[in-house]
Amino acid sequence: MLSNLDPIVLARAQFAFTMSFHIVFPAFSIGLASYLAVLEALWLWTGREVFLNLFHYWLKIFAIAFGMGVVSGIVMSYQFGTNWSVFADKTGPVIGPLMAYEVLTAFFLEAGFLGVMLFGLDRVGPRLHFVATLMVAIGTLISAFWILSANSWMQTPVGHAVNPDGQFVVVDWFKVIFNPSFPYRLVHMVLAAYLTTSLVVGAVGAYHLLRDPHLAGPRVMFSMAMWMAALVAPVQILAGDQHGLNTLEHQPAKVMAMEGHYRSHPDGAPLVLFGLPNQAAGKVDYAIEIPKLSSLILKHSLNAPLAGLDTVPRENWPPVPITFWSFRIMVALGFLIFALGLFSLWARWRGTLFDSRPLHVFALTMGPAGFIAVLAGWITTETGRQPFTVYGLLRTADAASPLAAPAVGSSLLAFVVVYFIVFTAGAIYILRLMAASPHHGEQGPRGDVPTRAAGITPASGVAGQGALP
Amino acid sequence: MIASIDLATLWAFIIAFAVFVYVVMDGFDLGLGMLFPLFPAKADRDVMMNSVAPVWDGNETWLVLGGGGLMAAFPLAYAVLMPALYTPIIAMLIGLVFRGVAFEFRWRTTAARNRWDLAFALGSLLATLAQGIALGAILQGVHVEGRHYAGGWWDWLSPFSLLTGVALVIGYSLLGATWLILKTEGALREKAYRLSWGLLFAMLAAIALVSIATPFLSIQYAQRWFAWPNVALAAPVPIAVAAVTAFLIRSLGQKQDSRPFFLALALFALSYAGLGISMYPFIVPQSITIWQAAAPQNSQIFMLFGVAGLVPLILGYTGWAYWVFRGKVRAGSGYH
Repeated sequence: MLSNLDPIVLARAQFAFTMSFHIVFPAFSIGLASYLAVLEALWLWTGREVFLNLFHYWLKIFAIAFGMGVVSGIVMSYQFGTNWSVFADKTGPVIGPLMAYEVLTAFFLEAGFLGVMLFGLDRVGPRLHFVATLMVAIGTLISAFWILSANSWMQTPVGHAVNPDGQFVVVDWFKVIFNPSFPYRLVHMVLAAYLTTSLVVGAVGAYHLLRDPHLAGPRVMFSMAMWMAALVAPVQILAGDQHGLNTLEHQPAKVMAMEGHYRSHPDGAPLVLFGLPNQAAGKVDYAIEIPKLSSLILKHSLNAPLAGLDTVPRENWPPVPITFWSFRIMVALGFLIFALGLFSLWARWRGTLFDSRPLHVFALTMGPAGFIAVLAGWITTETGRQPFTVYGLLRTADAASPLAAPAVGSSLLAFVVVYFIVFTAGAIYILRLMAASPHHGEQGPRGDVPTRAAGITPASGVAGQGALP
Repeated sequence: MIASIDLATLWAFIIAFAVFVYVVMDGFDLGLGMLFPLFPAKADRDVMMNSVAPVWDGNETWLVLGGGGLMAAFPLAYAVLMPALYTPIIAMLIGLVFRGVAFEFRWRTTAARNRWDLAFALGSLLATLAQGIALGAILQGVHVEGRHYAGGWWDWLSPFSLLTGVALVIGYSLLGATWLILKTEGALREKAYRLSWGLLFAMLAAIALVSIATPFLSIQYAQRWFAWPNVALAAPVPIAVAAVTAFLIRSLGQKQDSRPFFLALALFALSYAGLGISMYPFIVPQSITIWQAAAPQNSQIFMLFGVAGLVPLILGYTGWAYWVFRGKVRAGSGYH
């Protein structure tokens, strides 16, 4: 049965599947590591126990999420070779060093200090422990730097030449690393990670406030998360807009797919709100449009001409329906997050931040919104790059390993089964931890007491309490 | 055989070093996983798990460096070997997923704890077996045409690769058992001593079998080991193996807790050196040399700066992390 399928389609499905699972964890752990560093800093600075309790509360969740990120990440680092060996051979001299630097500067830093961060408070004391937390947080950010640089080079390749073996070789490392789309992508992704985390933290806070608005821990975390959402969401919308303009300059076909512009508009392009992109016919069916608005957003002029996919050879078209829809999902969620931030500011001004049920219900529902937006944004940018792996230079169909369909099909099936078992369990354990509210004397990941001891052993709240007994 | 130290050779040593550090660091923690079924008591398992929990993530990062570094420094070798080893690599990854999540999951559930313990053990076994099989499959050579792997997806399977798979399972288990000697006390330590004896002799048998079988794989290996003057360079390896074994037997007999683990690592180092002697200068045996596979100088030099500056730093803070969690692990108290 499997041998009838196209091995390239299977390899793409496998990459999309394993990547979709993976990206969720870094998006969460980048933000959560920074949040933990902030909580620990506040605890060291103010000495207030509530910050230490929150730190330990989120540390347990971080431990699980980080572990899942690590194991799904190791899978990614080998997929390039197993399923995309031609890509690995051709781009290895460019992408390889970027990823090697990611390992050397980021993964080791995170991994080296993670053990101390999770289990070492008693052993090294609060100050050194804070250094470890900080190193882990910095490591997650450095990791984002390198991997997004590599990804951005695949989107907007510059600074390279091609050698007689057909490999991309680097002429200018600075240009490769700081390629044209990289700064925009980095800012957009890191902000997305922070927003994602703040939404999760906010939802957990809201969940507990709905049950008891007087709980100290949930009040603090809800307030912090809402500040983050209110302040960062507008910045993110701005960053996204700039990223879009950058994409228009360097990958116009992707923007055409995002906008649903099959046809060119010589005197002002409409903004297609909704519609059904019809790839075969090359038009958007049942389109609901606002005239000229797309030209205004992208060119800052109502009548500016905008080219459509009719100017691009058909074999170079991205799969418009996917790009079009994932983009709309991302944007809609972005504005909902913005709305949540505004709502929280209003409630804060009115003094009802901790009592407003509608706000708490809204925040609770928005808990997973960051993850969905990250996934949708990632799908937008990656499908919008198609049919190329290295934009304009290496076609996805030419990048795959010389493997037969049964091999790729079986491994895909294995990953689907394993990931559903493992990550479902992980999600349940995380939700279970979230369902308990942070309390006095909260323990770290290895109080060797059952999950243990929820409320049984209130520690005295002294510095250093609560990591390992 | 006498290498002029050029960039490709230097990088071959760097990758070999990364892979060896991986074996040193993750070997014992995979081995400890495989020994889990022999220690059914929850208290013992808690201690075992706690003895590696703070460091396992760093240990596995060396595997990522080995893979990532191979892609960066020898992209052609990476592009040929990964499809050739498709099934073992995927199996290894899946094994690592199961064992990796078990570190946190088993503490988050009482109902399913035994299941995650089993996942930890089986995942460790699967990953180790797959790594050993991959090693054997590389040694026996892969079918290359042009710049591509040209064999099928079951080519890796042979009696030899199964032998190396089992050999690595035994070897990592020995590392795991001697690690437990180093890190635990009481009945747990006693049992680790008993297991170490059996595993040591099994490992010696495995080393002997793999050593005998390797020259039969290809005339190149036979020449490498038995032709003059190589034999003079190669002969110290078996002699050193005998010496280390003698020390190891003595340290097990006298119950010197701090030694067996490091002597077992020395056995690994010697076997690894033997592998290096067999393979050099090929990176895909019998088809691709390190010079053919090398990335352009510009890429190798760019990374050399990172390696030279950062690896000592990494070893430093990794060492610090081990130092923080030094000493014996006691039941119920995590670290003390």
